[in-house]
Amino acid sequence: MGITRMASAAAALALAATTAVACGGGTSGGGPKELVYWASNQGTSLDHDRRVLQPELDKFTRRTGIKVRLEVIGWPDLLNRILAATTSGQGPDVLNIGNTWSASLQATGALLPFDDAALGKVGGRDRFLGPCLAATGAQGKPPAAIPLYGQAYGLYYNKKLFREAGIDRPPATWNELIETGRKLTRPDKGQWGLTLQAGQVTENAHHAAILGAQHGARFFDGGGRPTLASDPAANAIKQYLDLMQVHKIVNPSNAEYTDTAKSLKDLADGKAAMFMNQASAGSFQAVGMNMKDLGVAPIPMPDPFPPGGRRVNSFVAGINLAVFKNTDNLDGALEFVKFMTSTEEQVLLNKTYGSLPTVKDAYADPAFQSEEVKVFQNVLSGTAEPMPQVPQESQFETLIGTAMKSMFADVASGRSVDVTQIKAKLAQADQQLAAGS
Amino acid sequence: MTALVDKPPAARTAAAGDRPPRRRRGRRIALPYLLLLPALVLELLVHLVPMLVGLAMSLRRLTQFYIRNWSAAPPAGLDNYRVVLDFDSAVGCNLLHSFWITVAFTVLSVGTAWLLGTAAAVLMQRRFSGRGLLRAFFLVPYALPMYAAVITWAFMLQRETGMVNALLGLDGPDAPFWLIGGNSFWSLVVVSVWRTWPFAFLIVMAGLQNIPQDLYEAAAIDGASWWRQFRSITQPLLRPVNQVLLLVLFLWTFNDFNTPYVLFGESAPREASLISIHIYQSSFVTWNFGLGSAMSVLLLLFLLLVTVGYLAVTSRRRRAHA
Repeated sequence: MGITRMASAAAALALAATTAVACGGGTSGGGPKELVYWASNQGTSLDHDRRVLQPELDKFTRRTGIKVRLEVIGWPDLLNRILAATTSGQGPDVLNIGNTWSASLQATGALLPFDDAALGKVGGRDRFLGPCLAATGAQGKPPAAIPLYGQAYGLYYNKKLFREAGIDRPPATWNELIETGRKLTRPDKGQWGLTLQAGQVTENAHHAAILGAQHGARFFDGGGRPTLASDPAANAIKQYLDLMQVHKIVNPSNAEYTDTAKSLKDLADGKAAMFMNQASAGSFQAVGMNMKDLGVAPIPMPDPFPPGGRRVNSFVAGINLAVFKNTDNLDGALEFVKFMTSTEEQVLLNKTYGSLPTVKDAYADPAFQSEEVKVFQNVLSGTAEPMPQVPQESQFETLIGTAMKSMFADVASGRSVDVTQIKAKLAQADQQLAAGS
Repeated sequence: MTALVDKPPAARTAAAGDRPPRRRRGRRIALPYLLLLPALVLELLVHLVPMLVGLAMSLRRLTQFYIRNWSAAPPAGLDNYRVVLDFDSAVGCNLLHSFWITVAFTVLSVGTAWLLGTAAAVLMQRRFSGRGLLRAFFLVPYALPMYAAVITWAFMLQRETGMVNALLGLDGPDAPFWLIGGNSFWSLVVVSVWRTWPFAFLIVMAGLQNIPQDLYEAAAIDGASWWRQFRSITQPLLRPVNQVLLLVLFLWTFNDFNTPYVLFGESAPREASLISIHIYQSSFVTWNFGLGSAMSVLLLLFLLLVTVGYLAVTSRRRRAHA
């Protein structure tokens, strides 16, 4: 980035937008018989996603005559690309967004609001699962997107390592998690009780939200003002850091883990016994996990609950499908959303990725009757709460996740992090969020 | 036409020497401006316009609510500058931290790259077999695609699986981290020097070609040592080249975005949070483009000040030596 581009960070955004359009296509060049679709990375690689999605897009083309130009975008780049497209107005026609970003992206006004008429064109509100639909934008506003892949967090564990250590069931409470982790940690053998994506900003933020809820934290007040620097939030983050810092059941090298693949592989290779992650059976298979050895349970709850704590062990995670408001091909875009959320595609795609269907009909398929899916289904319907649906949600995730990444780096390097330091970092995040309000 | 043909040769010569040369002179004067015009237009479009747009953005409350139409963002006056320069607040404090990190990084990186480049160029002046091959080898980091080169470093610097710790024989629980914590700053300096020193080498080598060989021969006859020759001939005659080289290296390094971004991703460790990354985060990660623009304008002013000061000092010194 040259000096003048930095002299105008926002102008660079516009330039980036131009570049993005030049590379990724855009509606301006395409006719009504063509759609540009930005898919987020769901599989083990961008290429894996292309291999999964292209046959389905070809199927859509055969049925409707509308050609779909696919671009799969990795998570680290997706938000920036969406932002650039929003600025330039030259984005794709249809795109995947993380459902936690829904309210933030809704605030830009770039996404098509799914009012009753638009919802009707994709099959109607009642087809979708309630919790998934709740994570599609701010309360009281028409959804800014449609749920595509449902996700919830669970505790994956390696049954083989459990068997070898004489442990017959997964931990149900946080203390049991630590106890089990200690039994399974053997640094001399390169084996650890738990693996964390401690260097990944969004994952850190997700765990802060889950554990924060268990401690009773609220990250925004009723007026949408940030209140990150609270005792419950600091205690929750301390509890998470302590897995590496105090209990030493996490390999300090995990502070460098910035993608899921490394943790998936550690579990598959027996280098780690447990992993708290979103539903990802398909990805485990892709990294060579012996699926007979893969078990899943809900993320443990504290016992007893801290005062004010809520029974939450996941947030309503998932991927939504949005339509850019200025698409040249609105009917085609809605037709595509309808296709991707049809029962047939929901079964096929969610089965492949190991995620959960967002439409009720799809659960009749035997693939979603397994014990594993039932675990996630129960979490999603019973003990999951949406991330704060406020316009600053994406900034909240970035700021808190980055702070946690830096604290994990301190811990891994041998420096200790206490509640006071955590609270000071959260107070900084509050100030930064407030400066952008 | 007939009249011209009918004129005597002397008259034709006089006419030719009268009007056409004036036209030619006019064309000669206009030609450089015409040739510069495309560059001037592009300069305005690519540099000046974004700068002015950035300045305008820094005076607005530009958040995600207005990014589709930034000119509709409410005016902020100098509020963004006040927030950025309030070093007691999180925003100002972090900016100041990044500024000092960048200063330290620039001094170390530019100084080391220049020293290495100069040493290598001077040593390569002597003829020996394999000199051409070695010169080409030295230029490899400069010729490699930036992204591929830095990402290779990122792999090599991984704690458990990286080549650096393996080569150093460091493994186990005490193996150091290079991409997080305090060492991340030194990793950044090393990668930056590795990328930039071949440029210094190239430029100094070109400068050395212009120093007449007979000066060294005369000095050698007078009994001047190698070091004396370097100090009294090489260094003074390389001064104009070094003045430009150091300025360019300073600007590139101070603004370097690519190296930290590829090495650490969009959230660099605090110890290696260069100002370019910090401004990127303030603008694009927290979606506060007004604040980010204010930081960029201040950075631009700082660089302008340093550049003008540097040029003033070096040109005065040059005049004094002339």
